[in-house]
Amino acid sequence: MYQEIILEHYRHPLHAGLREPFDAQVQHVNPTCGDEVTLRVTLKDAGGEPALADVSYEALGCSISQASVSVMADMIIGKTVSAAMAVGAEFLALMQSRGEAGPDEDVLGDAVAFEGVSKYPARIKCALLGWMAWKDATVRALSERGADPVTAGWDRAGADKERI
Amino acid sequence: MTAQGEAATAVVPIDVEAIRADFPILGRAVRGGNRLIYLDSGATSQKPRQVLDAERDFYTTHNAAAHRGAHLLGEEATDAYEAARARIATFLNANPGEIVFTKSATEAVNLVAYAMSNAATSGDDAQSFAVGPGDEVLVTELEHHANLVPWQQLCQRTGATLRWFGVTPDGRLDLSDIGALITDRTKLVGVTHQSNVTGTVPPVAEIAAAAHAHGALVLADGAQSVPHQPVDVAALGADFLAFSGHKMLGPSGVGVLWGRRELLETMPPFITGGSMIEVVRMEGSTFLPPPERFEAGVPAAAQAVGLAAACDYLDALGMPNVADHEKALTAHALDALGGIQGVQILGPLDTEHRGGAVSFVLDGIHPHDVGQVLDELGIAVRAGHHCAWPLHRALHAQSSTRATFYVYNTHDEVDALADGVLQAQKFFGTA
Repeated sequence: MYQEIILEHYRHPLHAGLREPFDAQVQHVNPTCGDEVTLRVTLKDAGGEPALADVSYEALGCSISQASVSVMADMIIGKTVSAAMAVGAEFLALMQSRGEAGPDEDVLGDAVAFEGVSKYPARIKCALLGWMAWKDATVRALSERGADPVTAGWDRAGADKERI
Repeated sequence: MTAQGEAATAVVPIDVEAIRADFPILGRAVRGGNRLIYLDSGATSQKPRQVLDAERDFYTTHNAAAHRGAHLLGEEATDAYEAARARIATFLNANPGEIVFTKSATEAVNLVAYAMSNAATSGDDAQSFAVGPGDEVLVTELEHHANLVPWQQLCQRTGATLRWFGVTPDGRLDLSDIGALITDRTKLVGVTHQSNVTGTVPPVAEIAAAAHAHGALVLADGAQSVPHQPVDVAALGADFLAFSGHKMLGPSGVGVLWGRRELLETMPPFITGGSMIEVVRMEGSTFLPPPERFEAGVPAAAQAVGLAAACDYLDALGMPNVADHEKALTAHALDALGGIQGVQILGPLDTEHRGGAVSFVLDGIHPHDVGQVLDELGIAVRAGHHCAWPLHRALHAQSSTRATFYVYNTHDEVDALADGVLQAQKFFGTA
């Protein structure tokens, strides 16, 4: 489970720290262990499509939750919201696979290192904490900007449903 | 097995190897083919064959709905259920009429909290339980959420005010302001009888004396004390004691509220329905005396019978001997873990008024990660805030790793825990 990539991100997290300006900020907590992440999303326009100018965060938690949010931020900053969402969906599918799915490395990049986590149901929430916070923050940021989250591909209710 | 009853004063070492043979689950292999080292009895204990057999015997020979049915099995089930109540009363030096079966310790606390908010609309007899604006409910920062959240909710429903005792830096109850906190406004004091995080055993009798001097009720949370130390309700000083069966070698799904008989007599019900009524008309109903008034629905008779068998098992070992065994394991763990660089133990560092919950924080390694490394070694511990978030905050810990001990644990297992912690440090490069 503890791949070297995970330990590396845990020891040296990327894009950590809360930055200005931002369009939305959320705080998510894992109630079983008290792990928490405060996450900010800043959007920009990329040819008429919303994209992620920045994702900044402050995380308190285990190696899995910390490394996961670091890998996530590194992968999605600069991407369009819909492209980032596709990565999130693939990551969620991997986490729910109980180690049975062959992860798509082209889509997931470093996040394939979390495949082993899916075999430990108690730790899946750790790996998803940052992703869930990001989705929540992005929906809020889209609403702030008057964009319709549904036409952007997904909505708040959908994000909540995927929470496990 | 050791002598019981007459040998109450002499502590007799318990035969752990003989005990372990009674727990089939301790023979199974876990991750990596390792032998199970179960150090999570504070969450739930394992069950001996004798308890499993008692539950199975009820289902295979006597099963029927207790307190119903004009047939032989109904009678037998009722007798078994009431005999279990009497057995548990003996275990606590209480009267059977003071033993209310619930589904858990949590439900037992909620029973009293909801009875108190129901009191305002339950007739003259119940008014001594009523709380409202200007009244105070006093708890402590040591509490498990189960003895905190129900009181927060009671205050929210009734307009009463919640106050609390703080903790000292070493995780003991800070009673320095007891004179200011317990006043004529205090209606109830909720206090743990043994912390599930720090093992702290607060002076319940002293707190109860102060509370009673101001006419306040006292509810002790015995979820971590009744399984691990001799508890005599006559000496405890509290008015109510809540605990669960599954933490004391018994089955899941059964808990107990002990309450002083004269209080139970006038306390209004919480959960209502069948089994607890006297006369039901469309316009309204009257209720049975305690304990039945508080036991709506078909009772969990098989689980009560299993819990009675657990009391038999523990009394055969002798509760003073159980406590002594755990004290030795706790001292060993405090010594072994305390001697590791980078380990910070939450709670008292000696075994004085302290039970066998040893929670600790490792510099630079999150408890989930400590738990994961230990799990790979076959060692089951708890990681997180252990349903005591405010206590962790008070002790400046985001979360912790917790080892808890019981009758079947050995000193070798404590050594394995300390070795596992060293391995975690090595793995994460913090040693």
